[in-house]
Amino acid sequence: MGRVGVVLCPCELEGVPLFNPEVLVEGLKRRGDVLPFIHYPPVCSELGMEAIRAFLEKSELDRAIVTCSKPELFGPTFKKALRQWGLNPSLSEVLGIRPAPERGGLQEATGDVLILIERKIDEIRERVPSKSQGVPFTKRVMVIGGGITGITASIDLGNAGYEVLLVDRLPSIGGRMLQLSETFPTLDCAQCTLTPKTVETGQHSQIRLITYAEIESVSGEVGNFLVKIRRKAAYVDWAKCTGCGLCQEKCPSKVHSEFERGIGPGKAIYTLSPQAVPNKPVINRELCRYFTRGKCRVCEKVCPVGAIDYEQEDTFIEERVGAIIVATGFDLYPKEEIGEYGYGDVPDVIDGLAFERLLSASGPTAGEIRRPSDGRIPKEMVFIQCVASRDPERYMPYCSRACCMYTAKHARLYKHKVHDGRAYIFYMDIRSMGKGYEEFIQQGVEEEGILYLRGRVSRLFRDNDHVVVWGVDTLTGKKVDIAADMVVLATAMIPSHGIRELAEKLHIKTDEYGFLTEAQWKLYPVETGVEGVYLAGCAQGPKDIADTVAQGDAAASKVQALFAQH
Amino acid sequence: MKIEVSRRKVHNEFAQKVEEISGQNLFACYQCGNCTAGCPVSFAMDLGPHQVIRFCLLGLEEEVLKSNTFWMCASCLQCTSRCPKGLDIARIMEAIRLVILRKKERLDRLEVAELSEEFLERVPQIALISGFRKFSS
Repeated sequence: MGRVGVVLCPCELEGVPLFNPEVLVEGLKRRGDVLPFIHYPPVCSELGMEAIRAFLEKSELDRAIVTCSKPELFGPTFKKALRQWGLNPSLSEVLGIRPAPERGGLQEATGDVLILIERKIDEIRERVPSKSQGVPFTKRVMVIGGGITGITASIDLGNAGYEVLLVDRLPSIGGRMLQLSETFPTLDCAQCTLTPKTVETGQHSQIRLITYAEIESVSGEVGNFLVKIRRKAAYVDWAKCTGCGLCQEKCPSKVHSEFERGIGPGKAIYTLSPQAVPNKPVINRELCRYFTRGKCRVCEKVCPVGAIDYEQEDTFIEERVGAIIVATGFDLYPKEEIGEYGYGDVPDVIDGLAFERLLSASGPTAGEIRRPSDGRIPKEMVFIQCVASRDPERYMPYCSRACCMYTAKHARLYKHKVHDGRAYIFYMDIRSMGKGYEEFIQQGVEEEGILYLRGRVSRLFRDNDHVVVWGVDTLTGKKVDIAADMVVLATAMIPSHGIRELAEKLHIKTDEYGFLTEAQWKLYPVETGVEGVYLAGCAQGPKDIADTVAQGDAAASKVQALFAQH
Repeated sequence: MKIEVSRRKVHNEFAQKVEEISGQNLFACYQCGNCTAGCPVSFAMDLGPHQVIRFCLLGLEEEVLKSNTFWMCASCLQCTSRCPKGLDIARIMEAIRLVILRKKERLDRLEVAELSEEFLERVPQIALISGFRKFSS
């Protein structure tokens, strides 16, 4: 076996030397199996890259390590370069060197780095060249998450001629956007803009939908990922089902519907909407009368094609793909955890997505705004922004980005439907940075008389048929009391549940809140630390639809660029 | 300190009257404070012009009318020329003055006959005219 090349980058991270280069080179030279190489200026410069290439070529090495202080930034560049220079990716590595949290002097730090590098050398020497060199590069993509982001990326990649597997854990695609009524700043009907996209996805010859499914495990590497998918039992044979909807109509249960956010009841056998893609129902085992009480089987009796199958079990599928896009979206911070706003126990205090369902023409009230407690039309309507956002002490420190706009939209749509009502919005700052956004807000204020009150609401509670809101208007410096009929909380966006487990399976990182970490925020926004795994949308952090679509497109173009190299 | 915010109070009759007389939309105010920042007499006002607009919008009639802001206003139009939303703030001040002047039940009316001759000789003409405008309509 030949020697292992070790390219040392003498970069000083933020002006602090990470090691003493001379001592390190001496230390490495003591081993006979290593060829150290150090180059000034830092190896990430053009001159540096050229120098490494010349070094590797001259010394005819087949195994190499490049050290670097910012592997998330330079890792992909080096890896690609090493491959281009003919090194087997499994026998070369970019090693991140960071200052130890409690390091002593430079001498100790150098010792630590030496140990780190030596360990890596030993590991690389042990490696057997991976066979993936010989295995053909699979030009298929898996998109995890069938929301607007995943749909966008899938259509792009499908149109580029690549085969796409679109996986969603819900029975149909469309994601959060399908729950929305109208979207800012143009007030287009969300379903009318989204449905053509979902239908296009469903009809696309290159896209295969794997819905009601979750990722079980992922192995392999770029060009050759092996993904095991668990297809949850739907208790309906989708091959037979025609999507006639009779089972839903006749199902006698009235159960909590997650899709309707508790605003309206759902059925135990359900599709998410009449325009669902695919338009095939599933049975919720926990809520179905037959599964819980052992009696019913109404759906089975009414199904004209005999598609109901109570014996169905989870199935497993294995798929080989070359790249993966993760677009798993968001959840809202549960209002049940917010004590000062009634722990979710005040019936007329709902969250933003629930209000979307109320506004939605296809929602439980057919778009009429009626409050949950008694069905009355609310005339004093309070909206509260930054609920559990921008609250580092107790909840989430970050800004959820979309709430300022969707709250303004909520208030405006409310005014469009209840002309004699008044909408009050409690806010801390108004962040309306997109195209046409500020104008949208000002139009609501000037033309529709939406009253913005600057301040956080300290408490709200039920008092007879009112919700009393204790707030402040810091513009006048006065404490404000509102006897509201209904309150909408713009709760923080958080990553969708299960994201950490998924990230672990993919070997990608999450931040402390569970949002997926991009390779680098500014220059590599849709790349992850794993080559061939990309991210997009709210899985990375709160975003509005416009931004999330742009990221879906970006991730798709990255995959195309990757595939074009092979 | 604590105010009621409701359909009855917000943008109430008083606020609408100010809007009607001035021809300005009180909702349009950003509350940026540019008017107050540039006003040459705001140092002597108990409420800045932007605060007066906010108070009007919230229907706080009493507090607006007892402030000295709109009487201090010299209609120099600095505020109007700088308002980013194009509000004519000087007109809003004038509208508030008019709201007061149009009230019948005023207690502070100026009776010309009660002014002594010595006072009339001493007082500057412009002050006398302003005084008549303020107190005798």
